[in-house]
Amino acid sequence: MPDYEITETLDVTGQNCPMPVVKTKQNVDELRDGEVLEVVATDPGSMSDLGGWAETTDGVELLEQVEDGETYTHYVRKTE
Amino acid sequence: MSTDTPTASDGDPDRAELETRIADLEAQIADLEATVNDGQPKMSIIATKGTLDMAYPPLILASTAAAFGYEVTVFHTFWGLDILHEERSKNLQLSAVGNPNMPMPNVIGALPGMDRLTTRLMEQRIEDNDTATIAELLGTGLDMGVEFQACQMTIDLMDYDEADFYDGVTTGVGAATAIQDMAEADIQLLV
Repeated sequence: MPDYEITETLDVTGQNCPMPVVKTKQNVDELRDGEVLEVVATDPGSMSDLGGWAETTDGVELLEQVEDGETYTHYVRKTE
Repeated sequence: MSTDTPTASDGDPDRAELETRIADLEAQIADLEATVNDGQPKMSIIATKGTLDMAYPPLILASTAAAFGYEVTVFHTFWGLDILHEERSKNLQLSAVGNPNMPMPNVIGALPGMDRLTTRLMEQRIEDNDTATIAELLGTGLDMGVEFQACQMTIDLMDYDEADFYDGVTTGVGAATAIQDMAEADIQLLV
């Protein structure tokens, strides 16, 4: 079991670049510090894109990325 | 290993002087850092093309950069203006000629109606692939605070009206505004 609680889930299944990153950012902005957004995507590019975005962007921490068949799930925590 | 320590002679600055100089230099570096990293990174894009395929890159990069925390301006000039034109942006065309990757020879692509056909095929692909439309990307960019600028000279040249553009589009700007944005930007692109 992960040691964090999911605050909200964003479903971007079926959507392609740049929407998974862009919508993740928009949704993270709505969270409070410490809260976690679960992002469910089917775009394989979201693995690299969300990873790069989280690494470069202040105030977010990528907790985990899970690949399960054609679904890519990302867990992002808002920090600061 | 030498154990010699330099001894101060009359010509050398003493320790207190050096400490003062270091403190001065540190203060200067802090000032410079504050000037250079004045918080938000910036991106400036010049969008000059109005074909369906060339409308995508500036909009995708603009919204993505905004997601990265960049302050983004996109200066639209010449055919790039059509991306911001509420009516024309819905009818951006894909050229059937001039692109050797098209699955048809140029001589056939040049026949009447072929641009419309290739455009329709591309629009179908965009829909099948759930790729965002130009209108969606523009709306998302505006939501994220991207500043879309419509070049005033081209507006006049094309005889467009300011009311023809999407709400939120900045008009009344020229090359000097674009240069200023580019000068301040960390990333500058001409598309």
